[in-house]
Amino acid sequence: MELLSGAEMVIRSLADEGVEYIYGYPGGALLHVYDALFRQDRVTHILVRHEQAATHMADGYARASGKTGVALVTSGPGATNTITGIATAYMDSIPMVVISGQVPSDFIGTDMFQETDMVGISRPIVKHSFLVKRAEDIPMTIKKAFHIAQSGRPGPVVVDIPKDITNPSDKFEYVYPKKIKLRSYNPPQKGHSGQIRKALDLLMQAKRPIIYSGGGVILGQAADVLTELAQKLNFPVTNTLMGLGGYPGSDRQFLGMLGMHGSYAANLAMHHADVILAVGARFDDRVTNGVAKFCPTAKIVHIDIDPASISKNIRADVPIVGPVKAVLNEMLGAIKDSKREVDKEATNSWWKQIDEWRSSKGTFPYDPGDGGIIKPQAVIEALYEVTKGDAFVTSDVGQHQMFAAQYYKFDQPNRWINSGGLGTMGFGFPAAMGVKLHYPDHDVACVTGEGSIQMNIQELSTCLQYDLPIKIITLNNQALGMVRQWQDMQYDSRYSHSYMESLPDFKRLVEAYGHVGITVEKPDDLKGAMEEAFALKDRLVFLDVKVDPNEHVYPMQIKDGSMRDMWLSKTERT
Amino acid sequence: MRRHIISVLMENEPGALSRVVGLFAQRNYNIESLNVAPTDDPTLSRLTLTTIGVDDKIEQITKQLNKLIDVVKLVDLSEGSHIERELMFLKVKVSGAQRAEIKRTTDIFRGQIVDVTSSTYVIQLTGDSDKLDAFIQAVAPVSVLEVVRTGVSGIARGEKVLSL
Repeated sequence: MELLSGAEMVIRSLADEGVEYIYGYPGGALLHVYDALFRQDRVTHILVRHEQAATHMADGYARASGKTGVALVTSGPGATNTITGIATAYMDSIPMVVISGQVPSDFIGTDMFQETDMVGISRPIVKHSFLVKRAEDIPMTIKKAFHIAQSGRPGPVVVDIPKDITNPSDKFEYVYPKKIKLRSYNPPQKGHSGQIRKALDLLMQAKRPIIYSGGGVILGQAADVLTELAQKLNFPVTNTLMGLGGYPGSDRQFLGMLGMHGSYAANLAMHHADVILAVGARFDDRVTNGVAKFCPTAKIVHIDIDPASISKNIRADVPIVGPVKAVLNEMLGAIKDSKREVDKEATNSWWKQIDEWRSSKGTFPYDPGDGGIIKPQAVIEALYEVTKGDAFVTSDVGQHQMFAAQYYKFDQPNRWINSGGLGTMGFGFPAAMGVKLHYPDHDVACVTGEGSIQMNIQELSTCLQYDLPIKIITLNNQALGMVRQWQDMQYDSRYSHSYMESLPDFKRLVEAYGHVGITVEKPDDLKGAMEEAFALKDRLVFLDVKVDPNEHVYPMQIKDGSMRDMWLSKTERT
Repeated sequence: MRRHIISVLMENEPGALSRVVGLFAQRNYNIESLNVAPTDDPTLSRLTLTTIGVDDKIEQITKQLNKLIDVVKLVDLSEGSHIERELMFLKVKVSGAQRAEIKRTTDIFRGQIVDVTSSTYVIQLTGDSDKLDAFIQAVAPVSVLEVVRTGVSGIARGEKVLSL
């Protein structure tokens, strides 16, 4: 039997769990652990410049790979700096383990230097948390943390470890557990077959069906089976912001994203549907608009691994609790076995109606302008073209995020990485770094704004240290674009604090950090600059694109209306 | 809106109670009363909580509680036939003729006077919450110095049990 200290057990447990990279920042409470880290070579540590970025990097990696991201931070401010990143992961159900140092056990509660109650502070935004009491418990606790983080509905787990528990002079027998069982935690492995039968009956009789698929399809690795089922049934598909890539974005059956900034056809099809197959989606307010007016004629089949997500906002007619992949597979199998057919006549005329909506308004139309100023939509179109739709795209939050979601067509899952639930500015850049570390041969682009990028811009330094040649594309409209849009539409254009005054010269700033900066001001230069950025394979390139500050994101649902109540432009509404 | 008694078996772990209570605060649910203690199995605690809400909200509360890793099992006792009790201590200031009167009222409610001084009684009473409320009303003419109530504890009637 091998004898290890608590500190060594922390790192060894991570290695035995298969963790390659951890993102973190050292500090007093963690120095034993950092020393153990120094004396091994299985786990690679990435030193960030701010702990928030460590969690977003772990998160970006988790979203791209489907595995669990890990952050390592010290007590007090190190731990509290991760709160935004933990909350971001929690809202989007991302598997993450955050290991935080704590002051020595005897000092807990004495307001010691750099003490905070991390378990208490993070409680509302974690799937679970642990305060480790004995060094011997470290391997089992870390095993449990990973098990909880990545099974069922995934989420972040905090493991808080007091410094005395990691004392290098106290050694204990080390065995990393192979399996664990928690009597109070048994996520479902399959859906109820009776409910699945009921759902199939509804789907087969549907006249105006639609598939509304969310982030659960991506997390549940069910994109393939969803695609097969949708194509077998010939049903229209719409993705939520989190679900993009769960169905091929360039396919004929795809109507575009739905909801607040969803496409005209997707929102109208939802409104008029008679059967909605909701898969791994949680009827978020950014999708439903006013719940009282939501889809008045629809029967709803709702598949979700989390029973609490079913009938939380919108009551489901046929609830199915289970992993989306298992449930969809069972549905597909049943359809194939029974040789049942959908109502072809009805669905054909439904498609005719949908195609009419599509051709009358286009999926996401915009006015290209007179060529004097760059339209933000055109930047995303150029990005899509240059990367051939194959890049990992992360975003921050705001207009640029919506433009990216609307105009970049994701044909694969796990390629679109953004903070949908919490809406975290500062997420996109570190998330892109996490992706790039693990997928060094892929193009990774962070679409951001001049507001968002400044929330974690210090990580340019980390990128230099670890040589992370990502591409940052800033839709620079010199204003907090989405705030300004709302102020235009709801506050008579009183731009209260939505200006980004005193912006830095981003080109010179990134050059100071040792990277390449390119400023783009003319529409004619856009394509060339984008190509140049992606041609520089081994350099981080920051494209500062000056875009039209007056552009709005459309469609935009009208507050408290139904799915179909939208502004289609500044002057046209449905 | 209906009163529900939610009975929870949970891991007897530090922090488990704060997760349950925190969940109510963070999701804007109301706790009317709460009591918790270990069971015959030292690894398990039993928590009884009363709350008032519409059915949709109660369904969401029980689903969210079930999601907590420390929660092993739960039941909404008010959905079936059940027994509920609450314990109350009431300290009253009494003198003269009031002393006999309060003693009589206590007997009628089948309570006990468990402490006596020249100027005070401590009365112990068990029953459902309505009975305790009624008793407080009944002794209203005297000066009530202190009221201590445990909150509701409940158990299902008959063979139905909440256990592992």
